[in-house]
Amino acid sequence: MRNRMPALKGAVCIVLGFIMIFPVLYALSISLMPESFIASYPPKFLPLRPTLDNYEKVFQTAPIVRFVFNSAFVAVCIMGAQVLTSALAAYAFVYFDFVGKRFIFIAILATMMIPGEAIIISNYLTVASVHLLDRYAGLILPYCASALGIFLMRQQFLTVPKEFKEAATMDGCSDTRFFWLVLMPVSLPAASALAIYCFINTWNQYMWPLLITNSTNMRTVQIGISMLSFADGMSYGLIMAGFILILIPSVVIFILGQQRMVGGLMAGSVKG
Amino acid sequence: MSQLSGYRPGETPVGVKRRKITPYLFLMPVLVFFIAFYYYPFLRTIFTSFAVTDASGQFKKLVGLKNFQMIFNRKDFGTILLNTLRFVPMIALPSLLLGLLLALLANRKAIHASRLIETMFSLPMAIASASAALVWALIYNPVIGVANFLLGTNINWLADDHYAMVSVAVVTVWLEIGSNFIFLLTALRGVPEELVESARIDGANGWKEFFHITLPMISPTLFFVIFMDVMSSFQAFGQIRILTQGGPGIATRVLVYDIYLEAFMNYRFGSACAESLILFAMMLAITMFQFRFENRGVHYA
Repeated sequence: MRNRMPALKGAVCIVLGFIMIFPVLYALSISLMPESFIASYPPKFLPLRPTLDNYEKVFQTAPIVRFVFNSAFVAVCIMGAQVLTSALAAYAFVYFDFVGKRFIFIAILATMMIPGEAIIISNYLTVASVHLLDRYAGLILPYCASALGIFLMRQQFLTVPKEFKEAATMDGCSDTRFFWLVLMPVSLPAASALAIYCFINTWNQYMWPLLITNSTNMRTVQIGISMLSFADGMSYGLIMAGFILILIPSVVIFILGQQRMVGGLMAGSVKG
Repeated sequence: MSQLSGYRPGETPVGVKRRKITPYLFLMPVLVFFIAFYYYPFLRTIFTSFAVTDASGQFKKLVGLKNFQMIFNRKDFGTILLNTLRFVPMIALPSLLLGLLLALLANRKAIHASRLIETMFSLPMAIASASAALVWALIYNPVIGVANFLLGTNINWLADDHYAMVSVAVVTVWLEIGSNFIFLLTALRGVPEELVESARIDGANGWKEFFHITLPMISPTLFFVIFMDVMSSFQAFGQIRILTQGGPGIATRVLVYDIYLEAFMNYRFGSACAESLILFAMMLAITMFQFRFENRGVHYA
């Protein structure tokens, strides 16, 4: 039964695949239509005469470049910080014995149980009280460490043979040098899985940047583009053009890093 | 490990002492961030839930359990809780089943272009709930949207009491399927070929093979996927804010959205914090229930 009709199954898969990505294709198609065409009944699926007018208009209406820069800057900072802090902490957990190790490890994992909503209000008040509302630091600092990241890096370090460290120590290699010159290079796949996951998550963040940014210039992509839909008389073509523009970076990174990210996340979350 | 905690060749006691603090130095950055942005705010949320604040969130006075009393006395709170609890299975079940179905379909070596299919099936993983909501708002548009056109209906999806919740759930399911699919596919590929072969030699048919071999083998991943789906459906926000703002009336107002309104529209930070503790308690209870179930139902190789 299994291999009787591979061609048919392949065809079914392709059809289902198109259904899955239909909303994206639809948005792309609408973004290429003039407004009068979008608004006419019955609904149109393909543009009669594709035009880039909506893209031109969206650049004029909203500071898209600025939104993209804000999100990219924040995402890169959070990504770098999380990979570094996670790797350092995991290094301590895997290669050192110290008082309170178990307690600290459990305390860190326990943060996974706290939903964002239980701390987001207090974090907002904290960030407001140190005058970081509407600043990059306010967007970045709360996300510089994550339990998931520490856990993933720990799982990775556990797979590196202990003998590496022992041999390095015998040769007089310091703890810091071992971390940078041996451990991190062999752990690059896991670190990049974490980095990709971090980047996409931050790029797609909505609630936190919505709460703490105020001026148009500090808006991140998700907030900036969704504001278009709340403005009066905004056209769907324009909104879809904005959607497609901000989707490109996350989709490209996702497609390039998908295999790696899934492998890394699986290793940490399931086999752990 | 004795190598690591003892003396190194030619090392002085000072050297050992310096190394004793080394692990704490490596942990320092994480601990600083966690104290500032997890532990402290969590304690502050607990504290604030027993307090009244001014409109900027500054502490005014302790009021004991009054915030909780007020919440449970609100006429709409029952509906909000019910919405929250209804929303979870509406998302977790379909996205699990559809994700599993797609994973089973894609897990065939004979299929060409499998990489393309995988990418198509998992694409929603890369899409934000907020931007997805923008597209779906157009799809649901009663006049120019394709939902009514394709289904031959005439429904105002997002403004109708009966359909608003389902409409939001469909968007959320779509967002979740991608990650469910990819995790389950990876798990399916990890099922040892010999196991399936030997079952087939023993005369197992497709269904038997699925329920007796495949399903138990991927149960840790199934468990993980359900856990993630439940957590994210409790926390859905972007799509609700953009699609319905909790409406019509309060038909799609879930706990997270109400917390947002209480804190950032009504500036009642005390009761918003109390509500977020209620949400925390609900999530904790369901997690504990799930882990008890895991002990019985999940097979770890």
